[in-house]
Amino acid sequence: MDARNRPLSPHLQIYRWHLLMAMSIFHRASGCALAVGTLLLTYWIAAAAAGPQAFDTASMIIGSWIGRLALFGWSFALFYHLGNGIRHLIWDSGRGFAIPQAYLSGRVVWGFAVVMTVLAWVAGYTLR
Amino acid sequence: MKTQGMRTMLGRVRGLGSAKEGVEHWWMQRVTAVALVPLVLWFVVSVIGLVGAPYEAVTSWIGHPISGVLLILLIVAVFHHAQLGIQVVLEDYVHNEGAKIASLLAIKGLALVLGGIGVVSVLKLMLR
Repeated sequence: MDARNRPLSPHLQIYRWHLLMAMSIFHRASGCALAVGTLLLTYWIAAAAAGPQAFDTASMIIGSWIGRLALFGWSFALFYHLGNGIRHLIWDSGRGFAIPQAYLSGRVVWGFAVVMTVLAWVAGYTLR
Repeated sequence: MKTQGMRTMLGRVRGLGSAKEGVEHWWMQRVTAVALVPLVLWFVVSVIGLVGAPYEAVTSWIGHPISGVLLILLIVAVFHHAQLGIQVVLEDYVHNEGAKIASLLAIKGLALVLGGIGVVSVLKLMLR
């Protein structure tokens, strides 16, 4: 049989969406977004090393509303990836595989990501 | 060992498995993940403290012996972790062999360049 005509296993469009699947996909998506975010991290540190003028430009870009919006998205991606990454490390230890446990840890991770993102931005706006 | 199965003693000792790569990729992703848990939390708290801070405050924080070293560790761990993750995404979705190898080389090279810029920038502020 031609390799391209082999029967395929059901893919995304066949399955009903559920929390565990969405969380797995969002872990990868947030990781990719954070990888793009390393460009901004590098730019910020390099601008600080380059001098006050370059740093002012970087501060202006990051401090603009579009910069803050991007940073907000990245902060949520960061806390989600951090929380879900810890969930993965717990799975690596062989624990938490029962389906009710996986749902519970999943909800904990969503809660962690939302609460930490809100806390970080409240702290950022009140402490400055 | 009684439960040797079909594998030769040499194969067992090498521990490289059928893909000939062993668990190096998987393991380093976990090692960098564990390192990044405290580093990222420290970085987020520090950056919140630097919101709206003047240029001199930011550069003295980056150039401080403790935060400078932690920043370098963060940069190395972040880029190592990111390129390991993106590698798996590319291997999953890029099916053309040439495009796959080219994109893998590009992403690994980019991680080295950006990580190098970040580390050199921190060192510049530490040594001034």
